[in-house]
Amino acid sequence: MKVKNEMRLEFLSRSQNESFARAAVAAFAAQLDPTLEEITDIKTAVSEAVTNAIIHGYENPNEMVQIITRIYDTYVEIEVIDHGKGIEDIELARQPLYTSKPELERSGMGFTVMETFMDQVEVISAPGQGTKVRMIKYIGNEERETERE
Amino acid sequence: MLADWKRKGDILIVPLKGELDHHQADKVRDFLDRLLEDASIRHLILDLSDLFFMDSSGIGVFIGRYKTISKRGGQVCITNVNTQLHKVLELSGLYRILKKYDTVQHAVDGIRRVSV
Repeated sequence: MKVKNEMRLEFLSRSQNESFARAAVAAFAAQLDPTLEEITDIKTAVSEAVTNAIIHGYENPNEMVQIITRIYDTYVEIEVIDHGKGIEDIELARQPLYTSKPELERSGMGFTVMETFMDQVEVISAPGQGTKVRMIKYIGNEERETERE
Repeated sequence: MLADWKRKGDILIVPLKGELDHHQADKVRDFLDRLLEDASIRHLILDLSDLFFMDSSGIGVFIGRYKTISKRGGQVCITNVNTQLHKVLELSGLYRILKKYDTVQHAVDGIRRVSV
């Protein structure tokens, strides 16, 4: 499918940028005329992916996190990319309640939230190679059309 | 994002405001833990009327405070939960340990009914 619009965003791996990042992606995705719930789902998923990049990818506040957002006819594609330490066992990392940082009171629900709130989540990562989380959310599905009738 | 906490007997009522993400979680955690140093507090009500957003960082904060309160034989209640918060809370299974009420008053009544 053809890309209708695209934006790229880069910011330092600091926790105060989390709210900026999710708000920016949500504002861009608003072009697809999503419902409030769809926008909130996107915000929540982006927040999880960006938090992972900051806490797990880098563990220091002076690196860059990148977000690429592409808008297609019926869906939005969001990539959250860090060039940090990468994930050793992706399958384990995606399991509900698994966290590599229990001492920080992390719930281990980040990937579960992304998977639940988005339609597709793909994780591309290797130790020392950084991590790319690619997420897709379909906007305006049939269910919504029915709701509006 | 924090202020205006109240006491009703052994119940601590704290309104959470704004957005509870990883950045805010540390502040909220420290604030609540400082208040909970007072051992006469047995129950905690978190009023989420003005909390507009929460991600899984919030789940960690809630579970941690639940551990403290449950050791005292108390309950943790949440009130005025919006749709987005509800989705995250339900997904994480938090309703198995946190009680949800429509209003702070309902939560206070609920706690009193159980503790009598």
